[in-house]
Amino acid sequence: MNKKIFIEPLFRNNPITVLVLGICSALAVTVKLEPAIVMALSVTIVTGFSSFIVSILRNTIPNRIRIIVQLVVVAMLVILVDQILKAYAYDVSKQLSVFVGLIITNCIIMGRIEAYALGNKPLPSLIDGLANGLGYGIILVIIAFVRELFGSGTVLGHAVIPAGWYIKNGGFYENNGLFILPPMALIIVGLIIWVQRSISKDLIEK
Amino acid sequence: MDTNKNTYTIIYSIVLVVIVAALLAFAAEALKPKQQRNVEIETKQMILKSVRLVPDAENAPDKAKYIEDIYSKHIKDSTIKAEDSDYGIYICTLDSGEKVYIVKVSGVGLWGPIWGYVALKSDFNTIYGTTFDHKSETPGLGAEINTDWFSKQFDNKTIFDNGEFVSVKIVKGGADKSNPHEVDAISGGTITSKALEATIQKSLTNYVEFFKIMSEKAKSIQPADSLTQPVDTLTQPVK
Repeated sequence: MNKKIFIEPLFRNNPITVLVLGICSALAVTVKLEPAIVMALSVTIVTGFSSFIVSILRNTIPNRIRIIVQLVVVAMLVILVDQILKAYAYDVSKQLSVFVGLIITNCIIMGRIEAYALGNKPLPSLIDGLANGLGYGIILVIIAFVRELFGSGTVLGHAVIPAGWYIKNGGFYENNGLFILPPMALIIVGLIIWVQRSISKDLIEK
Repeated sequence: MDTNKNTYTIIYSIVLVVIVAALLAFAAEALKPKQQRNVEIETKQMILKSVRLVPDAENAPDKAKYIEDIYSKHIKDSTIKAEDSDYGIYICTLDSGEKVYIVKVSGVGLWGPIWGYVALKSDFNTIYGTTFDHKSETPGLGAEINTDWFSKQFDNKTIFDNGEFVSVKIVKGGADKSNPHEVDAISGGTITSKALEATIQKSLTNYVEFFKIMSEKAKSIQPADSLTQPVDTLTQPVK
């Protein structure tokens, strides 16, 4: 059962490609691989623990201020993550700038709390949250890998395209500036969705 | 228990907010020294970068300590009093004993703040080195101002033309290489380039009077300096 909760959001029910949640930050932080990985981990931690905490509190939360309570829990976790990044991963936190703070508004988090954590026990909620964060993270990392490779010719900051290939060194290759700009992230998301739907045909709407 | 009662709702929200606030306040206080140190190290690294002293900081095993060491060895943070105004300035002593004066420039780019440091040689006219950075300029376009190729262009440019302050112009479509007051703009990053030009101009304007006074001083010290040189230079005919 727990295994199924964990596997589903990674592929079959992926928050980005199937539920189409959390697209905005997927465009913004995927220019380079490193910030994308840190962002993916941050979101995973926040979705996991916010689902976990809300699930523990679920029977005590007054229904009328339900959303506010969820927001307070999510905001607290996000601020903690932001503070810790500023203290221990300063360079990356600078690259992510406002997007760490904006995790609060990531639809995946509130979505999972509302749809799952409020009605389920803490442990499955934790797994569900973590898995959804990872499902988001996988797509982020794929997009960032493609964008960094073709946009900057590097992977995790290491040059992978041989320097001799570049036109300025007498070769035939040039980095594609379009990959650095946000629209390319949307196009790559579109391609991933295409691939995924051609693999599992039941995802295609009638 | 009825979780829909008003009193319950109010007490619940108060307790929740107090707990969360206490947690966050504790975390913020506990992490503050570390965060401030990060900012400080970054500033120091940038200042050192403007005089090309930390090219390999990223590979150092303990980056923070490496930067601190070099900084305390070379840089003196001093506010110089000239006439009746104060000027914040960093004085760098190079390995050769040459002194370089670093001033901060800051302003607004296309999407957010841009800033940098300009290092001047002791004639207060020739640029020894520069470094620039930005918060959110367009990647690949305006963001290029923090690259080495861009800041290197400023080396040996001059900011005065016959005693007249002209700053350094960032020229779209290619600068005249022989012009000592021009560098190339970034293609596709015209607005950021223009903004940076204005930033340098505006920030340095505050220092113009000071630069003039200091360069006069430097000139007047010259004859006195020559006395300390070996005697044979003095025996040469006076021009």
